[in-house]
Amino acid sequence: MTDAIVLSNVSKSYLDFSLSDISFSLPKGYIMGFIGPNGAGKTTTIKLILNMIKRSGGRINVFGLDNQKDETEIKLHTGVVFDSHYFFEEWTVKEVGQVMALFFSNWQPALFERQVQQHQLPLNKKVSQLSKGMQLKLMLACALSHDARLLILDEPTSGLDPVAREELLELLTNFIQDGERSVLFSTHITSDLERIADFITFIHEGRLIYTGTKDDFVSAFRLVKGGLEDLSPEVKRDLISFRTHSSGFEGLIHAEKIGLYPNLFAEDATIDNIIVYTYKGSKTHESNH
Amino acid sequence: MKITLSNFSGIPIYEQIKEQIKAQILSGALTEGEKLPSLRELARDLRISVLTTTRAYTDLEQEGYIATIQGKGCYVLGESSELLKEQLLREMEQGLISAIKASRAAGLDISEVHKTLDYFNKEESND
Repeated sequence: MTDAIVLSNVSKSYLDFSLSDISFSLPKGYIMGFIGPNGAGKTTTIKLILNMIKRSGGRINVFGLDNQKDETEIKLHTGVVFDSHYFFEEWTVKEVGQVMALFFSNWQPALFERQVQQHQLPLNKKVSQLSKGMQLKLMLACALSHDARLLILDEPTSGLDPVAREELLELLTNFIQDGERSVLFSTHITSDLERIADFITFIHEGRLIYTGTKDDFVSAFRLVKGGLEDLSPEVKRDLISFRTHSSGFEGLIHAEKIGLYPNLFAEDATIDNIIVYTYKGSKTHESNH
Repeated sequence: MKITLSNFSGIPIYEQIKEQIKAQILSGALTEGEKLPSLRELARDLRISVLTTTRAYTDLEQEGYIATIQGKGCYVLGESSELLKEQLLREMEQGLISAIKASRAAGLDISEVHKTLDYFNKEESND
């Protein structure tokens, strides 16, 4: 079994939102960044993987097992971190450890103690008294105290300062050292991903835009800039979207089209550039119809 | 092994790693048989993707600079590597071809090229 997660044509319909035909796979031993603007369906997808909500169609395998039929087995080896904690506010750090031990038959108290010490979590403080960063560390400590082979993190870096984000990145790169363990990491702070992610899955308005290696993703686009006089109808047509200002324009273009315009200044696009201009492009097309 | 990555150089990260390891092997800073950090260690230490280090190592392996021994790690092959010798031979041939082209464009006789070659050879060995 070489894939940690496989989604095949997964869909979920709500009255006002639907996730349609999402397929991607995360090979074991790697980190995948899961990106898209707010409301794209990232959290819905993660909840579907964890079987917290029922899918309307498609198939989801984790460790090669069906995520509904084999949910218990999968959960034993999956660590989960959300952007806000899932503990009772009144529990102390120590009590969180005791409660977790009831849920996980493979819970290792010694591992939990070590994590708590390493992150300097105060054992007798209540969850409600911990800072946002500390609550995240507590969730991570729980995720790493039961032999997880898969870490799923939903927006873990929002609300963290740069020092705490750096610590998290270090932890994730350490986590995958043995080549057996994998990470799915949803975030909108893409500078973190720019560095450590091996794969990127990009969804927008419930649809899959891209899934594949990060390097291919970034090199599929170029950021172009020029004066307003350079913005010919052909250039406008070929740009995914653009913005103009008093002294020129900036836009995103598919890398294979840049050869048509040797006069335009082009540079590497960041993941942020790609998300922003793709989002803007989809809005412009809507308003044109 | 020493690697310094720039995020602003415009050169892809895997290329920077590859060129720096290559330069250290050719200069003798990395010697034959020396063990390199594993793909995952290097990715962790540099805080970059494992696929990026994989690409750099794969290229170095194809060009004969390093070898991967399954389950043991990556090692410097050094100058005794046949592949590396071939690679260097090709580089030398390319250099000579461009020298000949330039001399023809300048209207020089081939004997001038021979003389210049001997001159630089002497200079280099005096260093």
